[in-house]
Amino acid sequence: MKLEIKDMPGQLVAALRPISDVGGNIIAVIHQHESATVRTGTLGVQIVLEISESGLSELIRLLKAGGVTILRIGEERMLIRRSFILIGHLMHTDLSDTVDRIDSTGFAEVAELTMMMPAINEPTSAKMIIKSESMEGLLKALEILRKTADQKEILIIEPLEEKQ
Amino acid sequence: MIGFGSVGRGIAECIAEKGLDIEITGIADSRSGVISKTGIDIRSVLTKKQETGLCGEEGITPEDILERAEYDVLVEVTPTDAVTGEPACTNIQRALEKGAHVVTSNKGPIALKFSELMRIAEENGVQLRYEATVCGAIPLMHTLRQGLAGNTIQKLYGVFNGTCNYILTRMADEGLTYQQALLEAREMGYAEADPTYDVQGIDAAIKLVILANAVWGLNKTLDDVDRTGIDLLTSDALALAEREEHTIRLIGEILPDEGVLRVSPRILNKNHPVVVRGTLNAVMIETDMAGEITLIGKGAGSRETASAIISDLLFIRDFHAGRS
Repeated sequence: MKLEIKDMPGQLVAALRPISDVGGNIIAVIHQHESATVRTGTLGVQIVLEISESGLSELIRLLKAGGVTILRIGEERMLIRRSFILIGHLMHTDLSDTVDRIDSTGFAEVAELTMMMPAINEPTSAKMIIKSESMEGLLKALEILRKTADQKEILIIEPLEEKQ
Repeated sequence: MIGFGSVGRGIAECIAEKGLDIEITGIADSRSGVISKTGIDIRSVLTKKQETGLCGEEGITPEDILERAEYDVLVEVTPTDAVTGEPACTNIQRALEKGAHVVTSNKGPIALKFSELMRIAEENGVQLRYEATVCGAIPLMHTLRQGLAGNTIQKLYGVFNGTCNYILTRMADEGLTYQQALLEAREMGYAEADPTYDVQGIDAAIKLVILANAVWGLNKTLDDVDRTGIDLLTSDALALAEREEHTIRLIGEILPDEGVLRVSPRILNKNHPVVVRGTLNAVMIETDMAGEITLIGKGAGSRETASAIISDLLFIRDFHAGRS
């Protein structure tokens, strides 16, 4: 989101604090001292953050209450995350290739991979979190993952989609 | 009544116990039979079965019961043959053609020949009811067809196999391997010596086929179900899920609009309503008017299955008997 704050000490902190208050995660803060869109005596600040939808509406309320002007709220990206569990011979079937097939799409990426050292006589189990810009991207990534798993004889356990 | 195994005996015991104005006029098991126009003394047949393994006289066959006994309703409770559906298909067809209603717990005929059997029932002005074929004691068919009449069922999913649910519960709770949990399930009498039918999701898939055909008229067969069992699951996989307050269950799912039938192990939030423990079954129904409805109950067992059969019998008596 792009904010307009007063060019005074403490104002940036005042704008950022509500984000953590509502459970958001700040990824980047970009100061824009020279911006055509902001009025004199104010600063433009671009903030990239991860936040739930309910958190976002609360954040907007808090920012407005704190005298911060919201100039723009940008598109959501890589905000959809799904966990999968993979079971199979993950190492011997080139795990980095498996991850690459998702990462190379541009619209989805493997955000987290947790592997368990297998118990005796059991194949390897891993949890993979895939994140994507959109539901569509996530579903495409899932298709790629399913195809890869099929080729490499990996079992994927998918989450049950709940009604929104 | 044709079939006098655990289900048949359960029905007989409940009728002997509760009366319910039901008379049994003929019983056949695989080796013997008994016929009585005035009503069989159920308790003495149960005793005889327990002592000799036979319900009646050798030489009296299911065919004799079908042709010679006097009955308004045939109760078909022979074991399921998921490949041929026999001998139940033939038994059911003959009874319907004679103008008798049929109540069955046998999944074979309902999964394989649903539309054909329903057509024969309709032609003869009789009912074919099969509440006991899906989720044992849970009145799922009744809920879907009568209780939720007028609703559009948008999605239906849940735990349809108690054996798998028991195994997964034990793997999650105790960190057992799949093999250990399966052995335990066998010792408890929850799994067959050959567990293939349960653990590879075939049993759950058959139930989805029955629902898809009965509720949505989708004309599906077992081959149409995208099916993955639980036999490749590891205790590590369960542990990974449990770390984040999730767990794994074998979920059967019908998305009627897309025509999708799927049985697969899935990650669910531990507090999801269909995450039930032990051998329980659970079904979530998503509808347009009623919202979400969850049914939880025992999916197998002698008295539990008898409950479903008897409710079908009484439904026929109260709403259909004497109409034709």
